[in-house]
Amino acid sequence: MDIISPAFGLIFWMTLTFLIVFFTLKKFAWGPILGALKDREKTIQDALDSAEKAKQDMLQLQSNNEKILMEARAERDTMLKEAREIKESMINEAKGKAHKEAEKLLKDAREAIQGEKAAALTELKNQVASLSIEIAERILKSELSSDDKQKALVNTMLKEVSLN
Amino acid sequence: MTTGIKGFTHIRKLIAIISFLFILPVFSLAGDTVTQAKPAEAATKATEGKEKFNAGEMILEHVSDAHSWHVAGHFSIPLPVILYSKDRGLMIFSSSKLKDGNIFKGYEKDPNSKNGFKESGIHIVVANEDGTVNKEETAKLWDLSITKNAATILLTGLLLIFVFLSVAKGYKVRGTGAPKGIQSFFEPVVVFIRDDVAIPAIGHAKYAKFMPYLLTLFFFVLFLNLLGLIPFFPGGANVTGNIGITMTLACLTFIIMMANSNKSYWSHTLWMPGVPPVVKILILGPIETLGIILKPFTLLIRIFANILAGHIVALSFFSLIFIFGAMSAVAGYGVSVVSVIFTIIMLLLDTLVALIQAYVFTLLSAMYFGMATAEEEHH
Repeated sequence: MDIISPAFGLIFWMTLTFLIVFFTLKKFAWGPILGALKDREKTIQDALDSAEKAKQDMLQLQSNNEKILMEARAERDTMLKEAREIKESMINEAKGKAHKEAEKLLKDAREAIQGEKAAALTELKNQVASLSIEIAERILKSELSSDDKQKALVNTMLKEVSLN
Repeated sequence: MTTGIKGFTHIRKLIAIISFLFILPVFSLAGDTVTQAKPAEAATKATEGKEKFNAGEMILEHVSDAHSWHVAGHFSIPLPVILYSKDRGLMIFSSSKLKDGNIFKGYEKDPNSKNGFKESGIHIVVANEDGTVNKEETAKLWDLSITKNAATILLTGLLLIFVFLSVAKGYKVRGTGAPKGIQSFFEPVVVFIRDDVAIPAIGHAKYAKFMPYLLTLFFFVLFLNLLGLIPFFPGGANVTGNIGITMTLACLTFIIMMANSNKSYWSHTLWMPGVPPVVKILILGPIETLGIILKPFTLLIRIFANILAGHIVALSFFSLIFIFGAMSAVAGYGVSVVSVIFTIIMLLLDTLVALIQAYVFTLLSAMYFGMATAEEEHH
């Protein structure tokens, strides 16, 4: 039977053609095609991955922004607080200083007044003394202008002494 | 489960792609039938009484190889005969020189050919002076003729190279961009072979090495199968239904399988661990040895028988026209309607078979490679 007996020529041509086609396509078709398919799949996968990564980055950025905002807010709060404290302390300090100054001024004024007063009193006393002496002089002059008057005075004085 | 569904959708996609190819053989056959039926019938009538129509011979002639390529009517292209023998050297001449039982430079077509058709007789023998076969010289003869099948193979090879270089060019031009034209036509098929044939059968680690062979095998067989279904030139050759062709392909698969087989494969095949030695030597050893040889054998028989049967059945339906036509012209015309319908149905079925057989051959080759390269599993 021809139909089930393989022909040598056909096997020869088949093997030859198949091998030529195989090696040609392996080098110039299958290699580039499979490589390109792999590359494309890789590109798509990379694109998906980078999209996912971008999404993650966005989230990260968002949370970062929130964090930065929170920090800024906290910083502002502390700054305000500090400013308030500084203001308070400055006011207090100023108040204390003013108080002291005022006290000092008062004290000085008082001392000055006291000094003036003392000086005025001394002068007054001196005036009074000199006046008194003048008056006494004049009285004495008048009292002792006659002998009678001198004797009367002595008598009065003696009387007082004896009573004691 | 998911891979099953995925595989199914891939097969569906593949069938959808190929289904357009239905149109080609159907229309071509219809045209062929209309143009050829009348003169053929007339010829049948003219030769009535002298030479009766023999369906068996006609079919065998059509599914066999030939030294000329029939184009249309009485015109056929004579193909080169290439002969070599140590004593007589290399001989190249046109097959038309051997027409009608001519003897050319001591060669003739075997007059005792079982085919009965001198025109299509495939065996070329060394002739004695009186035209009888010189058996001694014939035994030394190597016939390397470009027959109809060999020419189809060469043509398909060129077609494959042309088509896939164009596809590859698409990737070069577009890089990783979306495929276009012929590139997008073949890309799903290539991806199908990779993702649903090679990777499941061989595994991720080793599949890449076998991809060029599996792709070449699949497309070579598919192109030959489909070209065989086109009933006129440049198709019509029953290449994948020729045992020499399928044997060559099965042998290539077998050689690659053996060349890549590892220690684990041989130990599991011939010296199955965990089985008593007596059983191994007496039962498993012989069975597995036989199995190694049977694998490529079933591979070559399966596709050969399927494609050959497809051709024979389609031609048988077609022959009914002439069998009835020989009885009476009216019966011939009447049956021709039914015959053509059945032939078309058979051709549609054969297109499916062409696809499935190319797929099965590739899948089984991939599975054999997978078996040969599987790493040892510890039981």
